[in-house]
Order: sequence, then C-alpha cells, then structure tokens
Amino acid sequence: MIYNEEFETLPSEALEALQLKRLKQVVERVYHTVGFYRRTYENAGVVPEDINSLDDLRTLPFTTKDDLKDNYPFGLFAVPMSNIVRLHASSGTTGKPTVVGYTKRDIDTWSVLMARSFAAAGLTKNDIVHNAYGYGLFTGGLGAHYGAERLGASVIPMSGGSTKKQLMILQDFGPTAICCTPSYLLHLAEQGRVMGIDVKSLNLRVGILGAEPWSERMRDEIEKRWDIKALNIYGLSEIIGPGVAMECLEGRSGMHVFEDHFIVETIDPVTGAPVPPGEEGELVFTTLTKEACPLVRYRTRDMSRLIKEPCRCGRTLTRIARLTGRSDDMIIVRGVNVFPSQIESVLLGIEGLRPHYQLIVDRRKELDTLEIQVEVGEEIFSDEVKVLQGLERRIARDVKDYLGVTAAVKLVGPGSLERFEGKAKRVIDKRRI
Amino acid sequence: MKVDQISIFLENKPGKIEHVTRVLRDAGINIRALSLADTSDFGILRLIVNDTVRAEKALHEAGFTVRRTAVVAVEVPDRPGGLHSILEALLEREINVEYTYAFVERSGENAIIIFRFDQTDEAIEVLLKKGFNVLPGDKLYRL
Repeated sequence: MIYNEEFETLPSEALEALQLKRLKQVVERVYHTVGFYRRTYENAGVVPEDINSLDDLRTLPFTTKDDLKDNYPFGLFAVPMSNIVRLHASSGTTGKPTVVGYTKRDIDTWSVLMARSFAAAGLTKNDIVHNAYGYGLFTGGLGAHYGAERLGASVIPMSGGSTKKQLMILQDFGPTAICCTPSYLLHLAEQGRVMGIDVKSLNLRVGILGAEPWSERMRDEIEKRWDIKALNIYGLSEIIGPGVAMECLEGRSGMHVFEDHFIVETIDPVTGAPVPPGEEGELVFTTLTKEACPLVRYRTRDMSRLIKEPCRCGRTLTRIARLTGRSDDMIIVRGVNVFPSQIESVLLGIEGLRPHYQLIVDRRKELDTLEIQVEVGEEIFSDEVKVLQGLERRIARDVKDYLGVTAAVKLVGPGSLERFEGKAKRVIDKRRI
Repeated sequence: MKVDQISIFLENKPGKIEHVTRVLRDAGINIRALSLADTSDFGILRLIVNDTVRAEKALHEAGFTVRRTAVVAVEVPDRPGGLHSILEALLEREINVEYTYAFVERSGENAIIIFRFDQTDEAIEVLLKKGFNVLPGDKLYRL
C-alpha cells in the first residue's frame, strides 16, 4: 500500500519541479538564517540566486558531521528555540553528540515519512507494531512510534533490552510487525529457541529493520527463523531519523528515498565528485522541507548506490541499495554508532592512561560484542591485581556512561596492538555480516 | 630494611614469561624469588633479582611495562605456626597484606616470606619490635 500515493508516484518531471522549488527555498532560508551557511557560501562565492536547476546543487559546498560538531549544540538551527518542540542526538566524533531539533511541523513530516515506511511494509491501522528501537535521544524509538500512530496502528513502546520480556510480549500481545535492529531480531530468535518458544508460530508478519548494516544472508536467516518478511529501513538523525528511505514489500530490493523531502546524491568520498547511478558512492542528502535543522548536501559517510530503474510497487522514487560500508571509521555496535575517537576521548579522561587502544568488534550469538584493548603504560601499571582490574572496570563504566555501549576491557602489554605500516589500526571488525 | 621488587605486566599469552626470562638471561640477571598473579586476561610477574637496576633497565628496553615496588622479606622458622606468628603481630596494628609469596633459602633451614603491605614502614617497625628477622635487600640480592 502507498500511504501518500500522490507524492510517492510523481512522474519524474513533476518530482524534479517540486524538488527544485523546495531546494531554492531551503538554500534561501539557510543562507539568511544560519550563520554557518552564510559564511560557507560567501567563502565559496555562491548565493541562493545561483540555484536555477537541480544540477546547480553541485556548486554548493558539503555539510559534514564536523560542521555539526563545530556548531554544537544548536548552531545550525534555523529557527529560534521557541519553535523547537523536540531535540534528539546521535554519536558525534568526539565526546559531544550531534544534536538535531524538530519543529512541530518537522515532527509531523517525520511521522508521515514513517507512516509511509510502515505502509510500504504492508501495514495498516489494523496492525500491532512491537517497537523495540530504543526510546530516548536516539531517533529510532520515537520516530517509529509516531509513524505507527500516524498510520493508526497500535504501538507497543517496548524500547530496547529486556529480551525475555520482549518475548513474553511477542507471545501475549500478538504484534504483527516488529521494529528493531536485524541482529537483535536474530538474538530474539535465539533466546526464544533457548526458552522453548516457537517464534514461527507467532502473529508476526513483517520486520522493519535498520540502524545497522546487514546483508541478504541475514535477511534469509531472519525470514527463515521467524517466518516473516524482513525489510530494510534507512535513516539518520541528522537528516530526520528513520524514514529517509524504506524498502517496499513488493520489491524488497533497495530502499525508496522519499524524494519529495530529500534530494539524494552519491559522490566519490575522496574527491567529492558525483558518482553516476548504479555505481557505489557516499550518500549525500539535502533536506527539502525540514524547518529546524535544514541540511544542504550533508555527507552521511554511508556507502551505497542509487537505483533509478522503476520498481514493481509503483513508487517512482529512486532507491538506494543496501549499504556496503562507511567512508569513515564509524562502527555500529548493537545499533549504537561508535567512533574510535569517542573511545579515545574517554581513555584520555582517565589520568595516566595512554590513548593506545584497539577496538575488536565481533558477533557472538547474534549480538555484537565490543572489546577495548588498552595498552598498560608504566604511568598506570600497578603490582596489584585489584588496581588493574579496577582500571578495567572504570574504563568499561566510562564507555558505558558516555557512549551508551557495553564493552569488555582488556589490558594488553605495550606494543602488542596490531600496527600497519607503523600506524595503529584502531578497529578490527571480525563480524561476518 | 625494604626489598626492591620488580613487577612486570604480562598478557596471558604463550611465550610471555619466556620472553621475560630470555631478557634476564641475556642481561646476566639471576632471579632470587618470583611469584605470578594471574587473571583471565593478564598477569603480574613479581621478581626479586640480584641486580634490580639492571634488570629493570633491560626489561624496560625490551618493551615491558615494569614497576619497582618496596616489599618486606621476613625470615620465618620452618615449622608449624611460623607464618601465623607474623600475621598475628600485624593484625594488632591493622596492617593489611596485599600479597605474599615464599621461598626457602639455600641452606634449607628457614623460609623467607615476601610481603607487600599497605603500610610498609609500620609493618617493618612492628616486625622488628616483635623480634622477627627482617632481611635487608642487600642480603636477599646476594643470597
């Protein structure tokens, strides 16, 4: 089912005309209301009047996560705080998160986009949605919640964690759809098996899965173990949250970008040059309708490719293929974005600790594990076991406090971390996704 | 009256202790006493050697994390109740033992117990007052 038939099936000329009209408005607005954009555009020698076609978008500079960091927390907001009704945040590259704001209308737009996403998964007001995305600063929980409500479905606001309770609710409330990360859904299946629950016999029909990279292999496994359809959803808080793009039940091959609200481009992550559809590049988004935090040419660091071919579902919207990786060093651990630099700033916050560390990411029993190996220098070494074990616990606690991710800490001897051409390799990802 | 002990951080991996003993052999260092404290992923090797300064330097240059700590060596008659009499004396002053290990001196008559206390100076004072034979470092290194 198509929730906004008119906008999701626009002929390309009409869609491009709408995009151009909205693009002109957003560039005009950021130029006049956000100091950062005014300065950047002045430095680049561009003015809003230069935008006369969609191709002209390419003359505008990119916006990056660093720009958000430099303007932390509210520097890129285009409206006064009195017009903001919600704040969300995601991982930043250092100790500080990346902050986004929403006006009342932004929340409304987001709800509609998530309602569209659920409709694309075949859901209607008759469905019960088990929402196991985390509620809080993370956009997943509330984004899915508002979208399901907008559609008229019944939402179970489970949030993350408490796996046994999740399984009880899945059995007793009989939800027909579930929202969570794909690895968590596999973990739930595994826990269900251990508890003797036949998850195939539940009412669940479809999974709306995202917030981490996954593969067709995982899709097959999820569909086989749960006897459901597993669909991929894409979003990031900077752009709006989940609901930037969604796979349809009919096609199940690439996620439709809601192009009446976002322009998507793919670029070469090194040169910044455009990459044609069909070829892999970094996804770049421009928000067309967002009021509080409009972003122009935001570099997501997510690698994918654009699919322009028509889809059997009838939507005319461009699709993005399953993500293939990142063009930076961000890792996603159980749906939580982690930058090695964040771990580094936690370690530097502990007196005497050298920032010599390595992150080992693995997946055991369908759950991601993060091990932080830290070199023990003489400044912090003790001849007493309890002191070193206390240090391990302190690092784990600080990482949990600041990043919200559980990590195992392992102290290692100096010089024992793997180095490549003399340069420390910060992340070893052993997961086979 | 204190004894210098070298502590070395070891990863719980094959070949780690062997590396330490190799470095010490190459530097011509003789080990007097040792103890290994281990956890599931790391260990702390504690050594008393004949030349602390040179051993520390050699290990440091080999890339080990090394620390020097003051410990106390007490001679205990090798008979039932020997160790107990020491601990009894310390308990009165509420001195805590962080760790301890023992070895038997060459003559085989007496055991020497190495202690790491939370209050090293007070412990030595108590032990001397009670008439225990606290061995100075020099004597131990030359054993």
